[in-house]
Amino acid sequence: MKHRWIYAWLMLLPAMTLLVTFTHYPAIRTIINSFWSTGRGRRQSEFVGLGNYERMLGDDVFWQVLWNNLLYAAITIPLSIAIAISMALFVHRKIPGIGFLRMSYFTPTVLPLIAVANIWLFFYTPGFGLIDQIRSFFGLAQQNWMGQPETALYTMMAVTIWKEAGFFMIFYLAALQTIPPSLYEAAAIEAAPRWTVFRRITFPLLMPTTLFVSVNAVINAFRMIDHIFVMTGGGPNNATSLLLFYIYEVAFRQWDTAYGATLTVVMLLILSLLAIGQFFFLDRKVHYR
Amino acid sequence: MNTAVASPNTAYDRLLVTVGAWMLALMWILPLAYAVWTAFHPAEFETRFDLFAPLTLENFSKAWVQAPFARYFLNTTILVLMILSVQIVLATFAAYAFALYDFPGKNILFGLVLVQLMIMPDILLVENYTTMRQLGLVDTILAIGLPYMGSAFAIFLLRQTFMTIPKELNEVARIEGANTLTLLRRVYVPLAKPTYLAFGLVSVSAHWNNFIWPLIITNSVETRPLTVGLSIFSAADSGVEWSVINAATLMTSGPLLIAFLLFQRQFVQSFMRAGIK
Repeated sequence: MKHRWIYAWLMLLPAMTLLVTFTHYPAIRTIINSFWSTGRGRRQSEFVGLGNYERMLGDDVFWQVLWNNLLYAAITIPLSIAIAISMALFVHRKIPGIGFLRMSYFTPTVLPLIAVANIWLFFYTPGFGLIDQIRSFFGLAQQNWMGQPETALYTMMAVTIWKEAGFFMIFYLAALQTIPPSLYEAAAIEAAPRWTVFRRITFPLLMPTTLFVSVNAVINAFRMIDHIFVMTGGGPNNATSLLLFYIYEVAFRQWDTAYGATLTVVMLLILSLLAIGQFFFLDRKVHYR
Repeated sequence: MNTAVASPNTAYDRLLVTVGAWMLALMWILPLAYAVWTAFHPAEFETRFDLFAPLTLENFSKAWVQAPFARYFLNTTILVLMILSVQIVLATFAAYAFALYDFPGKNILFGLVLVQLMIMPDILLVENYTTMRQLGLVDTILAIGLPYMGSAFAIFLLRQTFMTIPKELNEVARIEGANTLTLLRRVYVPLAKPTYLAFGLVSVSAHWNNFIWPLIITNSVETRPLTVGLSIFSAADSGVEWSVINAATLMTSGPLLIAFLLFQRQFVQSFMRAGIK
């Protein structure tokens, strides 16, 4: 039996090699590189200590994209979740046209975000897109929603909510099926109003799902930025630039890889905090039943 | 709830819920419906809604010849199949080891695997690009797939499934002289079929739709997947008509969309299964 663990290691080796090469190793390299300068041409990369971080703290664009990203998360996540819960409540019991309803809610989830971006781009186009056509029907003026710094980020949020709500819905659908009907029967005997039933029974029992969905939503808020490329390119004036998009711009358009690494460290920090938070939160808050 | 007497109040309530559900559904389908409308009608009907506007497939054929979509389709297909098959083989062995063996460093290794659920290769663009350059793989389909082939998600899902399979099965088979490979092929893999299906659907749709990493690592028609091809085709300054862009958009999402419409239930169940475990 002594050699059994060698078997285990051999079985793990290929998967672990790939995992370490493309996740752990680059994560560590990122941290190391954030203390070095970008080598350009004949000028070698050299150790700069906290130089990149000092630059980052003084970088207005960094603060703007970080703020954008936090705002983006703070608005899209609760809204997607609220809509997802409504969707699930709508279609988890018999309702006329249930097949069509489920399909409408879920279809955006299957589309590539790039395709979604194209569809919405057309939707938003000033004077031409559907939104402006509806506005002109009511005699309202044309609006360049994506071109104004005040509204641009919100147009991106709408796209995200549209894409994600249906995805989250299916987790709520699954969770709703596990709530014992006896609870609702008891509530019916008490003649509890609909809202009370939701607030006191449904919502608390959906809490584990909400937490799971929230964690995923936070990761997505920092990771899913494909639509920015197609729709605004981060503009106008960085109004729609998010952290990962800025990393892309710094690293692959300006080829300042050291500063790109420094920005990536912030990203790693945010995700690690989320992981730690989830670890402590999941066990305590959720299984109180 | 079905025991409740249908008082006028609950009937009214029902109506309200139904109307709400339908309004949300119509709102949700509207952007897509609009894209479908323009894609199947001549350009002059882009903004004019006429029920009797002639239907046409011309936009699709225009898109097809204006960019090498056939090649992009081929690249994406190769990409997703390659990723999925490697992911499944490697994850099966790794999950089996985690579920059935005790060995030094097991918990640490499993912890390392779980890290990838949070910190995905998607955000480590800079360093992974450097690695690919050192390996001489820039602008290859392999390079698009490689970072995703060791999938923590697959290992985790399969480990959970394997752990629910009674160990007695394992012992009986061992006594009968079955080795690990036979055991995997005859017992574990067949019993985990729903998990494989679930992971397969999630993986294929994720990599069919992936964009940023392929955008960075490819720079030729021979390697570019559909998403990157589409983004170049529809870039604002290309001057292509909207109806053609919409046709291309639907075309690139088409296979997934059709698969989804045909196997709606399996899709939803798979996404659910993959998320909940």
